[in-house]
Amino acid sequence: MEIKLTVNGTARSDDVEPRLLLVHYLREVCGLRAANVGCDTTSCGACTVLLDGESVKSCTVLAVQANGRSVTTAEGLVAEDGTMSAVQQAFRENHGLQCGFCTPGMVMAATSLLAENPDPTEQQVREGLEGNFCRCTGYHNIVRAVLAAAGKLSGTEASSEASA
Amino acid sequence: MIPAAFDYEVADSAAHALSLLAEHGEDAKLLAGGHSLLPMMKVRLAQPAVLVDIARVGELSGIRSDGGELVIGATTRHADVAGSDLVRAEVPLLAYAAAQVGDPQIRHRGTIGGSLAHADPSADLPMTLLALGGSVEITGPAGVRTVAADDFFVGPFETALSPDELLSAVRVPRGGSVPWGYQKFVRRANDWAIVGVAAYDGRVALASMGGTPLRALAVEEALRGGASAAEAAAHAADGTSPGYDFHADTEYRKHLARVLTKRALQGETG
Repeated sequence: MEIKLTVNGTARSDDVEPRLLLVHYLREVCGLRAANVGCDTTSCGACTVLLDGESVKSCTVLAVQANGRSVTTAEGLVAEDGTMSAVQQAFRENHGLQCGFCTPGMVMAATSLLAENPDPTEQQVREGLEGNFCRCTGYHNIVRAVLAAAGKLSGTEASSEASA
Repeated sequence: MIPAAFDYEVADSAAHALSLLAEHGEDAKLLAGGHSLLPMMKVRLAQPAVLVDIARVGELSGIRSDGGELVIGATTRHADVAGSDLVRAEVPLLAYAAAQVGDPQIRHRGTIGGSLAHADPSADLPMTLLALGGSVEITGPAGVRTVAADDFFVGPFETALSPDELLSAVRVPRGGSVPWGYQKFVRRANDWAIVGVAAYDGRVALASMGGTPLRALAVEEALRGGASAAEAAAHAADGTSPGYDFHADTEYRKHLARVLTKRALQGETG
């Protein structure tokens, strides 16, 4: 079946099998490797992307379900001149990652969370990331990164934590 | 994990979906958010020959008032139910329960009708519909029929829906000031309830205490007789036969049902 959709701002048209999962479409057809296949059971969130601006687990969406819609991956958050988004920048500055496997999904979930709630409490950040697992036990700095991206940490505090 | 091959049809109206179901019979399954069906297809527990996508059918989505009830279209997503000012004001138990389903990504895709039609006995919304005393509208070749929640869940993952029918809407009573409580006991984030309890206006429903979501009828009877929450909750496991797994054995589930029912009757959430 032919699908037409927008991926990271670029209109695309591809002929896909109905059973092709969105994550496989993004990785294998579009060549975008940020979204990872982790658990493959709608649990871990490593495959999280934005569908019309909202976080979804792309291992549990068919590519045909994205027909006519807009998909954003972590690659799509980076500006043309290479500038990272505020969330991506905050993950780097706050050491919000260790091995990095969960990171693209965490960044996309956080981006969606902040779009819905630009001023979250720490508890709301933790609950908002409920669908994303980090097995390096890095949640503390991930939560700090999301709060920093929301402007909830002062610059001094954020940078001193980052260099600690 | 990749689903078995299937044909994909997009319905542009409820009538079109019904005609596709009539055409393909039991080989067809309805797809909305896909957050119950696609995981089953990926592990090949379900291998429909045809998927009929109803997610783009506008008439099946949305939330409106109808007299003493709210009517929620089947393909309304959990995030939209949980975030609806109307649901939060008029049926706060349902708004709360919808916010407990899965995680934010799942709530951006999963739908109220899909969750109810899937009829997982451990899920949030089936027990909530039972506690509310709600009903579902089922559209089929002969028209629309309304089935009470008490009659809808007939077995594990089994409902009163026929293969040629479509769950089109959900009806719940408006009652913004009616006392309610909700308890979901889990050991991990983003998990199904080991035991769940929803209480609303003297009605109590249990999740994971049998093959279907259950009314705790002995608790309700005790409440009608003037028992306190603690006294009534002691009957929460009466007549139940919960299963056992690596999370909890049968006796522990019965214990949880009593403890959580007491909390729910006291209006606690968790």
